[in-house]
Amino acid sequence: MKALGWIALAALAAGLPLYAGEFYVNLTSQILIAAIFAAGLNLLVGYGGLSSLGHASYLGVAAYSSAWLSLNLAMPHWASAPIALAFTTLMACLFGVIALRATGLGFLMITLALSQVLWGLGYRWVSVTNGDNGLSGLTRPAPFGINLDGATPFYYFCLVVTVFALWMIARLVHSPFGAGLRGTRDQARRMAALGHNVGLVRWLTFVYAGFWGAVAGLLYVYYHKYIHPTALSLTSSAEGLLAVIAGGSGTLAGPVIGAAIVVLLKNYVSAFVERWNFLLGLVFVLIVIFMPDGLVPGMKRLWLRWRGERR
Amino acid sequence: MQFWIIQTLNSLALGGLLFLLSSGFSLIFGLMRIANLTHGALFMLGAYVGVSILKVIPNLWVAALLGGLAVAAFGGLLERFILRKLAGNSLGQVLVTLGFAFMIADLCLIIWGGDPIPVPTPPELRKPLVVAGVSFPTYRLVVVVIAIVAAIGLYLLMERTRLGAMIRAGVDDMQMARAVGIPVSKLFTIVFCLGAGLAGAGGIIGGPILSAYPGLDGEMLPLALIVVILGGVGSLVGAFVGSFIIGFIYTFGIALMPDLAYVILFLPMIFVIAFRPRGLFGRMTA
Repeated sequence: MKALGWIALAALAAGLPLYAGEFYVNLTSQILIAAIFAAGLNLLVGYGGLSSLGHASYLGVAAYSSAWLSLNLAMPHWASAPIALAFTTLMACLFGVIALRATGLGFLMITLALSQVLWGLGYRWVSVTNGDNGLSGLTRPAPFGINLDGATPFYYFCLVVTVFALWMIARLVHSPFGAGLRGTRDQARRMAALGHNVGLVRWLTFVYAGFWGAVAGLLYVYYHKYIHPTALSLTSSAEGLLAVIAGGSGTLAGPVIGAAIVVLLKNYVSAFVERWNFLLGLVFVLIVIFMPDGLVPGMKRLWLRWRGERR
Repeated sequence: MQFWIIQTLNSLALGGLLFLLSSGFSLIFGLMRIANLTHGALFMLGAYVGVSILKVIPNLWVAALLGGLAVAAFGGLLERFILRKLAGNSLGQVLVTLGFAFMIADLCLIIWGGDPIPVPTPPELRKPLVVAGVSFPTYRLVVVVIAIVAAIGLYLLMERTRLGAMIRAGVDDMQMARAVGIPVSKLFTIVFCLGAGLAGAGGIIGGPILSAYPGLDGEMLPLALIVVILGGVGSLVGAFVGSFIIGFIYTFGIALMPDLAYVILFLPMIFVIAFRPRGLFGRMTA
């Protein structure tokens, strides 16, 4: 039964360009990018108990560095992508050391302050970021000579990367390291007493989450072929956090579903009203008040109750 | 010479505004354990409400008072009807304040539009003060004086009154404070109103320097966060010292290397987090 569901899902995802128009294919690519971003953030928020409000830093810095390398040094994608990923991951190493001096609200405040500093830099450091105009004139890579400019090939590219990313993240969660990570979330002092290096576990998770944020950033800049400081903004970080929380933090499927909800809301509702920020805020408030454990666990609870009643 | 004097005064004025903003943030955090992310939006809301009041009553001080009261009332409602429901769930509270920050910012954009609205300097303070051949912008001096008066007022409130003693008791040990009959939940509302009001009044007092524009919230919130991280949460002295340190670093950073002023903000923060995570004057870790 479960295997059948997986096969159906895989067929649905692989066959999408056959039955959906270009608009929907592009929309799904955006959902996949947001899903990688949210799934990485979920490692910190859901499994590590560390709520970061600065995850857009990694998305934005990876996107900016890839764009800068190809525009200023005319670097090909096979060289700029790993450099952008390495640079961003290195930044995550540094930010992790700073932010993990605190936990809880202190961690949240430090990550927020760090990412807001980068956001300000995106606007002000005009010689590198071109300020409010953003960097344009970018291209998509062509791995193995396959042109990704069309919606369909780019969708398959995103799909492959997303499946790999989710698999890697699931591997981490189900590994002994993942169990240790959940231990540091629930009982940090006991974990320390048992000889686990709580700080190291958290830092490695932080860096790993930052790396997947960077991967999402590369796909983001390939998709849009343009990068603007809003990618670094608090709104961008908050969208990721909302995807995690709306879907259900600390579950593997939650961030993916949450990312789909956020992207669909953003695209559909923004088509009718130009008030995305207002709506984002409202959804935050409603989710926190009415469905604090997210939609996936919330629905699961309802489903279990319904099944229990039927018996 | 004139450059240094002007920049020093700018730094002091920005420091004063940051104190009005971050002292409330710090008090709220200290007592209620809420990182109130609406604080930047409340500052901006104060600036816009003040602009509207100025159209009716062309007096900046009246506008600051009324604007501050309006924002305080809004903060009180937010605390009573929303945050109160989530007591004990500090992450939920932070997310709700973030949600309201987005909503307030977007509502301001709808109501007051996207163009920056300049706030005129009160006419009696427009003339620069000339001392020994060097002229000082009077309004900025007045802002510094207001901040110092506010700091002394808050200090006396916290250290010399019954209300302040109750707030300090709540900060130190909330359960014990409740046990001896201090109405802590009423204090929550009072402190939240006070913090919101200070931010709102700060917004309109800062108007002649910063003006009111969309994105003001996003500029001020990180500065307030850095001040509080630097000075230590829950500490008035920390907020005061931190505000002026950041005021100086930010102003001189913008003046001397405009591209990288934001990076320079990193440095004191990293230094403090590395060597004194509680902040310069903080007694508790966030």
